[in-house]
Amino acid sequence: MAFDSFSAFIAMEGHGPYVWACYAVFFVLMVVMMAGSVRSRAAIIESCRRGYEFQADKGKVASAPASSASFARVNVSQD
Amino acid sequence: MHPIRKKRLTVVLFLLAGLSIAVGLTTYALRQNINLFYDPSQISAGEAPVDVRIRAGGMVQEGSVLRDPDTLKVEFLVTDYSASVPIEYVGILPDLFAEGQGIVAMGRLNSEGRFVADQVLAKHDENYMPPEVAGALEKASSAEGKPMPVNAKPATY
Amino acid sequence: MWQFFHKLGSPKWFFGISARFMPWLLAGGILLLMAGVVWGLAFAPKDYLQGNSYRIIFIHVPTAFMAQSVYIMMASAAVVTLVWRMKLADVFVKAVAPVGLVLTFLALFTGAVWGKPTWGTWWIWDARLTSMLILLFLYGGVIALDRAINDEKSAARAVAVLVLVGVVNIPIIKYSVDWWNTLHQPATFKLTEKPSMPAEMWVPLLLSVLGLYLIFGWLACVRMQTEILCREQRTRWVKEFVMKGRV
Repeated sequence: MAFDSFSAFIAMEGHGPYVWACYAVFFVLMVVMMAGSVRSRAAIIESCRRGYEFQADKGKVASAPASSASFARVNVSQD
Repeated sequence: MHPIRKKRLTVVLFLLAGLSIAVGLTTYALRQNINLFYDPSQISAGEAPVDVRIRAGGMVQEGSVLRDPDTLKVEFLVTDYSASVPIEYVGILPDLFAEGQGIVAMGRLNSEGRFVADQVLAKHDENYMPPEVAGALEKASSAEGKPMPVNAKPATY
Repeated sequence: MWQFFHKLGSPKWFFGISARFMPWLLAGGILLLMAGVVWGLAFAPKDYLQGNSYRIIFIHVPTAFMAQSVYIMMASAAVVTLVWRMKLADVFVKAVAPVGLVLTFLALFTGAVWGKPTWGTWWIWDARLTSMLILLFLYGGVIALDRAINDEKSAARAVAVLVLVGVVNIPIIKYSVDWWNTLHQPATFKLTEKPSMPAEMWVPLLLSVLGLYLIFGWLACVRMQTEILCREQRTRWVKEFVMKGRV
C-alpha cells in the first residue's frame, strides 16, 4: 500500500480531485457504453421476435379462413 | 487471388502511398508552425521573431533562478546545452518548475534578446520512478560528479 | 487459407464463434482492468516528480493506446471492405467506430485533467494533442458519414475510404513527440528499449492495457452481433436464433 490511511488515499496529497475525476469519468463512460451495447442488442432481438410473431399470426389469420372458405352462399338471418 | 481483387488492392495501396507522401510533405513544409516552441539555439541564432507572441522552451539552467524577494518576479536562464536565453516572468510558477526541469514559456522576445513571459508551463520527461529511487540515483550521480541526476542520456526536455 | 478467409466473412459463422468467446473476454477484461487499476491507484509507488497525479497514467495510456489501435483495426477492415467486399469487415467498422470515439474522448479528457496539475494547463495546441483531437473528429466523421448514406453498399465504401484516408494520422500521433517540439513527453514504452519506468509501475499499466483490450473485444462482439442481427433479419438462421435462442 502506497498510502498510510484511507483519507490519504482519497486526498492523494492534493491531487485527489484530478485523479478521482478521471477514474470516475472513465468508469461511468465505460459502463454506459457496455450497458448500452447489451441493451441495443436485446432490443434488436426483441423487435425481430415481435416481427416474426406478427408474421406468423398474420399467416395464421390469412391461411385459416382460406382453407375453410367456400363459395357456398351464407344465409345470414336478416331478422 | 482474383485479378479484380488484386487490382483493387493495388489501387488502395497506391492511394495510401500517395496520401502519405502528400501529408508527409505538407507537415515537413509546415514544421516550423507545428513545433510548439523555439529552442534556445534557434532564439540565439535569431530565428525567432522579435516582439511577436511566441513560445520558448528548454531546460531551466542549474543555479540560474533569481527570485525577487518582494514580488512574484522570477528570472532564469533556459538552455538546451548549446545556447541559453534569459527569461523573466511575473506570476505563480507551476509545481513542477525547478532547476534542471524542462519548461515552455509563452511571451515576447524583446530587442535585447530577453524573453518576457506571461505564462510558464512545466514539461516533464517520459521517465517515472519512485522518490526513493530518484534520491538514490541523485546520490550516486553526485558522488560520481555527473551533472545529470535522472538518466544517463541527454534529457529530452 | 482463402477458404478460411471467406468463412471468416460469414456473419452466421461469426455469430456462433463470438458467442463462445464473449464470456471469457468480458470476465478476463474486467479482472485484468480492475487488477491494474487497483494496483496502480493504491499500491504502485508515487512518482518522484509528479507525486500522485501520475496515477492517471493507468487509464490515460490504455485509452490512448486503444483509441489508436482501434483505428488501425478499422483501417485494416476498410482495406478488406474495399478489396474483398466482405460484409463482416464493414460490420466491424460500423460497430466499433463509436467505441473508438469514446476511447479517444477519454484519452483527451484524462490527458487534460492530468495536464492541469503537471504542466499547468488543461490544453495546448501542440502536435500530439492536436493530432489526437483530429482522431476524435475522424471517428465522429466516420459515424456521421455512415448515418448520412442510406444505401448499405455505398455507405460501406464511402466509410472505408474515409477510414483509410484518416489512417495517415496514426503515425503522426505516434511520432509527433519525436518529430516536433511538443509539451507532451515522448513515449514511455518503446519496442526496442526497456520501459523508462520501474516494474512496479509498468506491470499494472500493462495489466490495464490488456484488460481494456479484452473489454474492447467483448464490446466489438456485442456490437457486431447487433449490427448483424439488424442486417440479416430476413434470413432463416436469424429467425431460428431469435425464436430458439441458438445458432
